[in-house]
Amino acid sequence: MNTLLPLSTGFFVNPDTDTVRYVIISLFYLVGAIGFVLSLKWMSDAKTARKGIFAGEIGFVLAIIGTLMLPVITTTGYIYIAIAVLIGAAIGVPLGLLVPMTAMPQRIALSHAFGALAAGLVGIAKYYDNQPDIGWFVMAVLGIEITLGALVFTGSLMAAGKLQEVKWLAQRPIVFPLQKTLNFAVLGLAAVMVVILAVDPSQVWAIPVIIIAGLAFGVLLIIPIGGADMPTVIALLNSYAGIAAALLGFVLENNLLIVAGALDGMSGLILSIIMCRAMNRSFRNVLFGAFGATEAEWGDQEVGSIRSATFDEAGEILKNSRLVVVVPGYGMAVAQAQHKVRELADTLEKEGVEVKYAIHPVAGRMPGHMNVLLAEANVPYEQLLDMEEINPEFPQVDVVLVLGANDVVNPAARHDQKSPIYGMPILDVDKAATVMVVKRSMRPGFAGVENELFFNEKTLMVFGDAKDVMGELITEISGNRDSINV
Amino acid sequence: MNVSVEFIMTGLFVFALAGFLGFETIRRVPRLLHTPLMALTNALSAISLVGSIVVLGGQFTAYTTILGFIAVIASTINVVGGFLITDKMLKMFKPREKLKKPEPAEAEASS
Repeated sequence: MNTLLPLSTGFFVNPDTDTVRYVIISLFYLVGAIGFVLSLKWMSDAKTARKGIFAGEIGFVLAIIGTLMLPVITTTGYIYIAIAVLIGAAIGVPLGLLVPMTAMPQRIALSHAFGALAAGLVGIAKYYDNQPDIGWFVMAVLGIEITLGALVFTGSLMAAGKLQEVKWLAQRPIVFPLQKTLNFAVLGLAAVMVVILAVDPSQVWAIPVIIIAGLAFGVLLIIPIGGADMPTVIALLNSYAGIAAALLGFVLENNLLIVAGALDGMSGLILSIIMCRAMNRSFRNVLFGAFGATEAEWGDQEVGSIRSATFDEAGEILKNSRLVVVVPGYGMAVAQAQHKVRELADTLEKEGVEVKYAIHPVAGRMPGHMNVLLAEANVPYEQLLDMEEINPEFPQVDVVLVLGANDVVNPAARHDQKSPIYGMPILDVDKAATVMVVKRSMRPGFAGVENELFFNEKTLMVFGDAKDVMGELITEISGNRDSINV
Repeated sequence: MNVSVEFIMTGLFVFALAGFLGFETIRRVPRLLHTPLMALTNALSAISLVGSIVVLGGQFTAYTTILGFIAVIASTINVVGGFLITDKMLKMFKPREKLKKPEPAEAEASS
């Protein structure tokens, strides 16, 4: 198969003797790449976003048709492809349609794992198929690609497991002595193997070592990651998966793979940068410096007194305000309270109260998590405001309703240099006239930091499950006891 | 398998330009849509299906065929599931005017 020299479309079509096929496949790939770019461009507006999916799908169909036109595919090959595609679709359709929105972070993490698995396996197959006849550059690319594929595979599975709160996986970050040393040693081992292979591609034994080192590194990478760091890590894994696909494009001489991989890699990178900025932390810090280490400090902190409010009081205050801002956090997702929140907002709007939502970039467990949940509950997207939009408005806000958010509203981030979250941009909820915090108990957030907002004199604590509290408040405000069903 | 220097160079061009294009395009995606964006790019990066199809369909050795088979399944899951879930999510993002009409019926259904 090496007799036919491929060009930019890749895969064994000779442009000189098989010109028509070559041109058709190339054009299909080109249109496919354009479709991908358009689909991302149209994502920049909620109004055009669904059109973008269509563009992406067309691009995909063309790319697949083009690929199936390659002469290298045998007749039995087509049958196998059909079977594998049917199996994949049989699993993919329920994964796409049945997974609830609350499970979206783990669903996304899982799909990173599948993508990395596919990219990794193709890389491994290419190696075994072609060794030792592989140039040093391609071998190095292939080695890196396999490492990335392996580490994203286990890393994403671990992340998905932590997000799903699988019992045998610790949710809290796990830190142990020499952790960084071990991590670097494992990654270094993979790097050495890549170099060995680049020098001499016939060293077949090095491939399993790379795979095992990659798989191990993926696990080690996620062990010290806590819940609050999940958005960054998911975005980072997204980026790695994209880079793996692009590297595969170099090995398979396929421009479309390079384009799609670069787009995916860039998207993941942008999201991780946004997440890191929103937490005022560096990549290095997120990946290697677990928050859990600071846990011991807040234990002996001096705590002030708190004020709590009954549903009756809270309902009365909400009813008599002009502008209420809801600050949702992971707690809202856990309690599945988004529908009740929207109902409360509807009830308040009937009373003439304006309701907005303030979304911190790292609220929840993945980028955009809260937006998706609230959109699911039919909250119009104009009401969902980013941190920068809403922060100047807080002094005019009558009541802020904090729902399961914690670290992202902690004023200590602004002034307490000793706090682990110092410097993190936060929602300035303490500038509002009244802050109502709905919370199950006084437990600190994922960062393990005590929240001074709870002891602020403007703050009223409303204890209870977010969903139940919403139900009670709706009843208090509407004064109609028949409408509740808890 | 000796990828030509020619292709490596073309590939680097394509990679760099696609990267810049991606950066400028994706930067404009609002935070509102970051989860659908992730789901979409996930579906797009399942384009490694193209590579999986060649490895499986080319039937080079029994070993690569098995790897290709698993790879095609894994990437098909992502393509199909990725596009479906992105669409399902985007359908939920509605502007205020669209929500006004079906409101009473939906309030009943969700309570």
